[in-house]
Amino acid sequence: MKFRVERDVLADAVAWTARALPVRPSVPVLAGILLDANEDEGTQKLKLSSFDYEVSAQVSVDIDVEEPGTTLVSGRLLAEITRNLPPQTVEIDADGAKVVVSCGSAKFTLLTLPVEDYPTLPKMPQVTGSVGSDVFHAAVSQVAVAAGRDDTLPMLTGVRVEIEGDTLTLASTDRYRLAVRELTWTPENPGMSAVALVPAKTLADTAKSLTSGAEVSIALSDAESGEGMIGFEGGGRRTTTRLLDGEFPKYRTLLPDSFGSVAEVQKAEFMEAVKRVSLVAERNTPLRLSFSQGRLVLEAGTGDEAQAVEALDSELEGEDIQIAFNSAFLLDGLNAIDSDIARLQFTTSTKPAIITGKPADEESSSDYRYLIMPVRLSS
Amino acid sequence: MSRRQLERGAVLRGMVGATGIEPFPAGDGHGADDDCPILHIDMDAFFASVERLRCPRTRGQPVIVGGTGPRGVVYSADYIARTYGVHSAMPMSRALRLCPDAVVFPPDGAGYRRVSEAVMDILRAVTPDVEVLSLDEAFLDVSGARRRLGGPARIAGLIRARVREEQGLTCSVGVAPSKFVAKLASTRCKPDGVLLVPSARVTDFLHPLPVGALWGVGPKTEEALRRRGLRTVGDVAEVPVATLRHQLGDSLGTHLGALARGDDERGVDPVSVDRSIGAEETFDTDVADVEVIHRELLRLSERVARRLRDSGQLGRTIVVKLRRADFSTITRSCTLAEHTDVARDINSEARGLYDAAGMHHERLRLVGVRVEGLADSTEVHHQLALDEPEAGWREAERAIDRVARRFGDDVVRPATLAQREENDG
Repeated sequence: MKFRVERDVLADAVAWTARALPVRPSVPVLAGILLDANEDEGTQKLKLSSFDYEVSAQVSVDIDVEEPGTTLVSGRLLAEITRNLPPQTVEIDADGAKVVVSCGSAKFTLLTLPVEDYPTLPKMPQVTGSVGSDVFHAAVSQVAVAAGRDDTLPMLTGVRVEIEGDTLTLASTDRYRLAVRELTWTPENPGMSAVALVPAKTLADTAKSLTSGAEVSIALSDAESGEGMIGFEGGGRRTTTRLLDGEFPKYRTLLPDSFGSVAEVQKAEFMEAVKRVSLVAERNTPLRLSFSQGRLVLEAGTGDEAQAVEALDSELEGEDIQIAFNSAFLLDGLNAIDSDIARLQFTTSTKPAIITGKPADEESSSDYRYLIMPVRLSS
Repeated sequence: MSRRQLERGAVLRGMVGATGIEPFPAGDGHGADDDCPILHIDMDAFFASVERLRCPRTRGQPVIVGGTGPRGVVYSADYIARTYGVHSAMPMSRALRLCPDAVVFPPDGAGYRRVSEAVMDILRAVTPDVEVLSLDEAFLDVSGARRRLGGPARIAGLIRARVREEQGLTCSVGVAPSKFVAKLASTRCKPDGVLLVPSARVTDFLHPLPVGALWGVGPKTEEALRRRGLRTVGDVAEVPVATLRHQLGDSLGTHLGALARGDDERGVDPVSVDRSIGAEETFDTDVADVEVIHRELLRLSERVARRLRDSGQLGRTIVVKLRRADFSTITRSCTLAEHTDVARDINSEARGLYDAAGMHHERLRLVGVRVEGLADSTEVHHQLALDEPEAGWREAERAIDRVARRFGDDVVRPATLAQREENDG
């Protein structure tokens, strides 16, 4: 195998593929990136692949193939090397047990891993639809923030993806907050309906890394075809990930629909104040909010500890309310809304509150909702 | 040599002087106690003394408080019983062999707590800087009370007089520059004594003591020190700290080196009222049945949770203690994400710890459940979860507390713990 490729193109492709490399590979070959230089549908391409039995990643770039072939080399090392090469043409020449990477006057000789031991990457399921990559990235980040990180509750570490015709709904929760985002997409089949539970961290990474193309195709394996899998493809990059098992909570019933108090606050000011006031809140001590007509007071700290208080302008419709939150959860929610004005809706101080952006016009409802459970203060 | 053996059994009041224990110089303001603001108050044979007070017919007879079952243990023995060789933590069967005439009382925790509270109130009237160690022991820092009440030795006398007059009980008081020396001093002057260790005499007082007297030295460390030829605190003080650290590990070596020189930086900490709340049960006969042990853990968790709620505290670390038939003991602990005072939570952790300890089907002599990392309920907040019912186990258990206060303990209890009635169809 022998080919030439521009350093930037190669470095990007290798870096993207290396994301799926396992940190502690269960078998040594999984530490490798598979390089496959061949002619595909009349164009000469280099395909780079990585796989850890959960996630697979594959990218193809146009190159000049001098001699077609396949080789497997340590992914981490290749990523390090390509990142540090000078910006010139790179030549890769594989010959049995060795791969030579040359660029300018630099030359690296790497040992190969046995290609024949490398597992076959899972096939990409059939494409089910597509969505703009920036929209998708924004939506996934809004939702993934609320996903759980506790591996003993695996179903809470995922983002639930629901497809209902041209509506795509993403939801995740860690039991303390719940984020839901609706967006429109273009399904292959307008009548389709499907659900999947995708590992949140992988989905967030994937959505971010696919913004290089304009569109992302989503490919969902149908439930009957055995193992659940979802694939994403965009800008020459494709990745698959295994779906999570387990029952995701029936979250729709948890979202309250009537509220006694609705407050609106300038988001940026509010976030600044939350960060300042919670400086005195030790771990697990809550931030207390009191909403009254025209005014929001933030407080933290009690008794013989340090205390802080700050007041902001805010609008309130309905009853005055005092409520306490974990400040990190509150900041996550405020940060995720895509409006300069945050709208907070409450029923009581021990019931879930909903944070949304203020909708552009009063008729429309917000397509993003962040539910946050309060902290019950000791009496 | 254990701390117990340091007790002399004869009344001792005075101060450590150049030639041994001397009586206090006449009058207050002798200055010997100027930099000795720490008092350690230790009630004399507390449980036994409370029982004797309530039961005057025991006058002149030995009194023992403890479990009366086949594996009961002595909790407290009065000074008459001690002359027979009875001491606390001894099996009751052995105590009664040594002292067959003793009057034995089953322990009355609530009664002792009431008396203890009254004594602690006397101490808190002297200064708010009271660190309660247990029902019968406390440290005081009287630095702030001097102007009002006089020097520390005089305050010790006032406390002893008030405890005697108001509660009819005696206590012993150690007066010293640091907590650890004050505690050794009170032990030394028991019963009904008071001993002042002026700062200039701290090393004179400490160095002849056996190493076992040092705080943190248990039988194993004592043995390790003995093997190196270190028998007294003075021996330890002569060893460079670097050597102690090398031989005993960094933290223990540093700690012992400091103590042996009389250095104890710990202040009196009034907030640490309880550092933990626990309960344990010694079975009448060893138990290997997992079911029975699960049930006992539940009963102990219920008891611990109720005590937490009664004292207005919540804890985060659950500790399980398991003692095998051969007395080898293991403890296992885990720390929760949030504080709790709910028996159901404590029990599920305790049971999990037992199940994970690999001791199923091993014969156990004792099991214990303890909750540590305590915080006052006014400082503990609860992050609500989405799937959490409005009223959960916490509310249910609080309701049971109210029923118990009106109708007596054990009216409502988990079905697993209900005793089957004879006529229960």
